Amino acid sequence: MILVFIEHKDCVLNKTSLEAIAAAQAIGKDLGLGVTAVLPCDKDCSLAQDIAGYNLEKVIVAKNEKLGTYTPDGYADAWEHVIKATDPQYIVMSHTYQVRDFAPKVAARLGREVVGDCIRYKAEGGKLMLTRRIFLGKLDADVTIGGDAPYFVTFQSGAFRGDSAEKGSAAVETMGVTVGDIRMTAEAPFQEAKATVDLTKSDIIVAVGRGIKSQENIALAQQLADVLGADLAASRPICDSEWLPIDRQIGSSGQTVAPKVYIALGISGAIQHIVGMKNAGTIVAINKDSEAPIFDIADYGIVGDLFDAVPVLIEEVKKAKG
Amino acid sequence: MKIIVLMKQVANKDAVLRIAGDEKWINETDVAQQTNESDGYALEEALRTVEAKGGGEVVVCTLGPQSAKTVIKDALARGANRAIHVVVDDAKSLSAYQIAKAIADAIREENADLVFTGLQSDDASYGQTGVILAELLGIPHATIVIEVDRESLGDTLRVKRELESGWYQWFTYTLPSLLTIQSGISQIRYASLKGIMAAKSKEVREVTPTIESFASAAQIQKVYMPLKTKQTQMLGNGDAKAGAVELVEKLKTEVRAI
Ligand SMILES: Cc1cc2nc3c(=O)[nH]c(=O)nc-3n(C[C@H](O)[C@H](O)[C@H](O)COP(=O)(O)OP(=O)(O)OC[C@H]3O[C@@H](n4cnc5c(N)ncnc54)[C@H](O)[C@@H]3O)c2cc1C
Repeated sequence: MILVFIEHKDCVLNKTSLEAIAAAQAIGKDLGLGVTAVLPCDKDCSLAQDIAGYNLEKVIVAKNEKLGTYTPDGYADAWEHVIKATDPQYIVMSHTYQVRDFAPKVAARLGREVVGDCIRYKAEGGKLMLTRRIFLGKLDADVTIGGDAPYFVTFQSGAFRGDSAEKGSAAVETMGVTVGDIRMTAEAPFQEAKATVDLTKSDIIVAVGRGIKSQENIALAQQLADVLGADLAASRPICDSEWLPIDRQIGSSGQTVAPKVYIALGISGAIQHIVGMKNAGTIVAINKDSEAPIFDIADYGIVGDLFDAVPVLIEEVKKAKG
Repeated sequence: MKIIVLMKQVANKDAVLRIAGDEKWINETDVAQQTNESDGYALEEALRTVEAKGGGEVVVCTLGPQSAKTVIKDALARGANRAIHVVVDDAKSLSAYQIAKAIADAIREENADLVFTGLQSDDASYGQTGVILAELLGIPHATIVIEVDRESLGDTLRVKRELESGWYQWFTYTLPSLLTIQSGISQIRYASLKGIMAAKSKEVREVTPTIESFASAAQIQKVYMPLKTKQTQMLGNGDAKAGAVELVEKLKTEVRAI
């Protein structure tokens, strides 16, 4: 059996869990295993019925009054209980921030570790060969897991399509789980400041990364944005350095955008950045490192110094616009 | 107040990586090394926390070959008080669990109030070492910490965790606990000349771990260049200015964005 984790906040689904369902269903087909969804909650979770609409053997609501808000201690105990009660072969999750927080803890407690942030798998001889990115996306590694089940696997956001999760009908079962002391207390989640710029509506985005080198050089990128009628955005280190405000950050911790054109200047293409812009219509990358991962997803690439390319771009765009 | 900070030596961000002959890792000879990015922030946060407390000790701990002494020296120069070096020549052959186990054995007796780590390493990127370590030490943990409320520090500590898409959440932890620190939590200080001199006389304790085999380890079978998912048109042939001219033409005729 495969257990798949359904992540939610106040019974509202985190949609990446549908990708985890799709992944678990695919692995289940290849290995001849059924899939059961697990949903930790403090009540008879209203989300369970929606999840039961997928092709699953069962939906287990792992119930305890301490599971109303997420804590790593609470979730680890709940998972330990469910795993011991169901004896699964695989545990499949999406590699979200929450999963990063508790999955290695559960695995370690059971003498296992997680093969995390995988981008695809192959089934070979009844076992999985998993592929994960290493060295900041510059290389791929095929990985096998040793020892006995259960095996813990998490998949990168976008590795599977949530809308390809097969529909069906499953029974919902409530499992009272034991949860011990919780050594942390959670306050309510919040958003820092209302974003003043909404980059999701931009047609063209010029985004700068660490390759821009200094705050003064942001003006050059701004000029390019101006002639193109584009909005300026950035990778995380630029916002961390406060060269641009945080509401211009693109990526898993920032905004997710899909403009017609995305021009990445001096951005390496780390996965946490790519998840925020990979659905752009046309991706342009200018980077002096020909092996930068950003080129893997670019439609047009220029290998070279952005300080050579951008002034010419500005002049040529001006000419082209007459 | 005693804070242990885990720091790792990794390949330099801008290093050109070559795949090793056995295709199981990179060829590490001649690859420039650096301190893992988020570990540098973990150290900075530890130093600030002890400073705010008006006293205490920051102990840096690294697992790796002798070359990792560079990481230790740099941390001591920035203000860490002493170091523990878990000496493992072939660190890449260890899984996340084995690394965490070796470190747990090396630091357990220290009974630190807090353990800080970077949130993931920029080489293998397991993102698990801290969490497994906390479980092995029997202490609570928080990952992706982006702010530490130093004012709150007592028997408990209030920390801000980063969630996805610009959301955050505060948690209060009982001590001892372990935090994995996100890059950008603060601005990292430079080592002063005085610090560099002082570092020379600071204690570095070497530990030779007993590494037990770990049946459930993930094993790398093959390392290779990522498969391209898109057909990229490379413009300019290495000449960035020529590339820029071609790009504007493409944006006009093919993309119709100008
Ligand atoms: C939990 C988590 C969440 C994260 N969230 C985000 C997020 O939301 N958004 C985000 O962006 N990142 C995020 N990150 C960070 C991410 O992993 C990368 O560290 C970051 O995206 C790197 O930014 P960069 O590409 O600008 O810098 P680098 O990776 O340093 O790349 C700089 C690039 O510039 C190139 N370059 C340098 N000089 C020049 C030049 N003169 N001309 C042309 N090219 C040049 C270099 O070749 C290099 O490829 C997150 C990380 C974690 C672990």
